[in-house]
Parts: sequence; structure tokens; C-alpha cells
Amino acid sequence: MRAVAVVGIGKTPFGAFPDRDIRSLSVEAGEKALKDAHLTPDRVEAFYLGNFAGPSFTGQNHLAPWIASGMGMEGIPATRVEDACASSGSAFFHAWTAVASGVYNVVLVTGVEKMTSQPTPVVAEILAGAGEMAGEGKAGATFPALFAMIAQRHMFEYGTTREQLAAVAVKNHCNGARNPMAHMRKVVSMEQVLAGKPVADPLTVYDCSLVSDGAAAVVIAPLEQAAEFTDKPVRVLGIAQTSDRLALEDKDDITTFQALRRAAGKAYAMAGVTANDIQFAEVHDCFTIAEILATEDLGFVPKGEGGPYALSGATCLHGARPVNASGGLKSKGHPVGATGVGQICDIALQIRGEAGELQLRNHNIGLAQNLGGSGATCVVTVLGAK
Amino acid sequence: MSAAVLPQTTGKGVVYTETIIYSAPPKYLSEVPYQIAIVELENGRRMTVRIVGDQVSTGDRVAFAEFRNEVPCFKKAENE
Repeated sequence: MRAVAVVGIGKTPFGAFPDRDIRSLSVEAGEKALKDAHLTPDRVEAFYLGNFAGPSFTGQNHLAPWIASGMGMEGIPATRVEDACASSGSAFFHAWTAVASGVYNVVLVTGVEKMTSQPTPVVAEILAGAGEMAGEGKAGATFPALFAMIAQRHMFEYGTTREQLAAVAVKNHCNGARNPMAHMRKVVSMEQVLAGKPVADPLTVYDCSLVSDGAAAVVIAPLEQAAEFTDKPVRVLGIAQTSDRLALEDKDDITTFQALRRAAGKAYAMAGVTANDIQFAEVHDCFTIAEILATEDLGFVPKGEGGPYALSGATCLHGARPVNASGGLKSKGHPVGATGVGQICDIALQIRGEAGELQLRNHNIGLAQNLGGSGATCVVTVLGAK
Repeated sequence: MSAAVLPQTTGKGVVYTETIIYSAPPKYLSEVPYQIAIVELENGRRMTVRIVGDQVSTGDRVAFAEFRNEVPCFKKAENE
């Protein structure tokens, strides 16, 4: 197996862009990533597209070749990967397997979602499809409702508080307010979060990530060839994709994401690291409770201590281990299919020392954690300076 | 667990977790706010259900009430 590096990154801002279609967003991110790697489209050997629900949101199917040809990448394999909110994390994983195994040398991975063209109730209906429609969906579960039920159980078993959930939102908005690419660049107070409009008890609108449009792209190549493309390669030290049962009712314990625990264990083993070695992380805070579970399941703190950890300040920008320095899905925005690759871009930016106002002091080894649905897919990627 | 096998159980259980939904897809919009729960039945299996009648909390005892549009509906159990 060959060592693989991220040699180019590119993103559109995340936000609501009524004048942009799904292809133009994808092309913009892809072209930025190619330019960053000093590459022309004809050098790309394969294209992987992470996208959750483009056909439902926009009516357009068969997206990968449509976007590839829009970028002038002709004739190459172009494949869309769908794993709910982990679609582009999964696309990245499969692109990595292709380069690591020696099948291709230069691969472009793009994640995209175009969500804001639909009214909120329709968005809710499409997102609910990431859960099990026959059971929880039929009972009227929305996506926030699934995470609300996870939160309720976590509160019941571990005494996690409403304030601890809110601390995640306050921190991530504080970071995102300083991220020029973020969707909602504003700080929010603890009082605002607690008094927010209820969505699914105990979650308020401030506990939920944003409905956004956006795209993110990376170019990967064998590490030994990386110098051709960049003087700042970011090495994939460890990566794993895992799966779990779809419906919450079928899981033994909903206060833990089994797929996340498995993915973290495998990615740490491949990288030869432990949780203690991870200096900073971008985790999948689709809802505030998800960040609390992630910090536990990644092994940053023992089970049940994610709530106090969130409130302790340890995960703040200048805390002991910053989590979601970018603002996370909460403030940066969550164009579902773009999120996984967007996280990889944000980690790479930190490792390259190019994160501007959000640049962290310790930035040699970072982790991206991308979750699909209510935990049925997870991708964990450990990235490091060469 | 599939709701189809519900008649073969006692129809009694405990609320494993629950939430009250305020923001819903178009087909359920007219019903908000409504409560759903994952109920752990006496046979140990769990099922996602709609709660009817009084609101329930995690740990409460509940019992099967009826099917509405094929969705199992549970209500707070009477004191025994």
C-alpha cells in the first residue's frame, strides 16, 4: 500500500446561493483544488463525487459525469458516492483506496450539496430519508428528532445538561464568526441558544446545523509524487470507513456511535497513534449532541464526560485540544454532501499553516470525523504534516 | 422491530427515549407538536412509536393504544 497525500484543496463559501446550480458549485471547488495542485483537468485520472440527495433537491441525477465534463475532464471514471451526510467522507475513502493500491495517481474528490432551493419542510423530508423510513420515518421522526432522542438518552444516563449542549453551539459560532468561508458568521450567547425556537425537544434551532449550499474538493496523489504538485503535502496517516444499523431502535446503545468507535480505532491503528496524539479535530456536529458523542467515541474523554468537556473550554480555539476550529457544521454550514471533504480541506489548511485568524498553535496532526445519518456510516481520517 | 409483530407481545413497555417534534415534514405539519418515542417492550425489543394522550418521559411505563395509519401509538400506562 502506498502512502497518499492531499496535494490540492478548494472550497466554495458555504451559504445560500440562489443563483448557483449544483454543477457550478462543484466546478468552482474542483477548479480551485486543481489550481492549488498546479494541475490541469487532463491530468486527473478518476473523479469521485460525494453527494447525498442532489436528485431529490435539484431533480438532476447522474451527477458525476455531468460535473466531470463541466470541468473538462473527459472520458475518465466518474462516480457518485452516497452515504447520507458522510457521502464525501466516503468518496474520499474510496479515492484513497484507489491511489493507495496503485490503480490511479491523481484523483479529484469533490463533495457538493445544493439545499436552499427547497422550503424547510421539504428539506426536512429529504433529510429524514437518511434514517429508516419504514420505522422511525413512518412514526414521524425528523432528522433533528433522531438526535434529540440521542440527547435525551444521553442526558438520562449521564446527566448531560442543556447548558453543555449549548456550549457546543456557542463555541462553534465563536469560531465560525472568524471564518470567511462560513455560512453564519455571527456569535451567539448561551442565553440565545437556550431560548431558541424549539425544533425537537431538547434541541432548539441553535442546536441544529445549517441548511446550506456549497462544495469542497481535494486532489490526492501518492506521497512520493507529491512534490510535483505542492510544497506542502498533507499526508493521510490513517483512514477508515465503517457502517452500522440504520434505525436507532435497532442499536443496542444510542448514546454511542459504534461506527465512529470502530472507525477511530482502525484509523488510529493505521496511523500508529492514540487519541492523545490528536492535536485538533473537525468533528461532525450536525447537532450539538453529536459533537459531545464524537469527543467521547474518539476517545478524547471517557463515555459520559463529553458534556462537561464541552463546557470546560478544552475544545475552544485556544483550548488544550481545539474541536471544530472552522466553526463546524453548526456555523460554517452543512451542505450535506460537501461536509466530509470540507473537513479534510479545513484540517489541511491548519496543517499547512494557512488558517489565518483561526490558525492553531499545534497543528501537525489533525483528525476529520464525518458521520452519515444517525451514525450508520462513519469516516475517520487522521492527517499529518509530511 | 417491525410493528407487524406487536400483537404477539404484551404491548407493554418502558420509554427508552423520546422527543416532542415542533418542526416537521409537510405530511405531519398539521400535527405539530407531537411526541415520538423509542419504547422497549417487555420482550426486550425496541420500537419507534407515536405517543398519544399525556406526554411521557424517559423511563415511564407505556402501553400500546392503537394503530393510526399503520403507525403504532402508545400511551402512558395506567397505575397498576
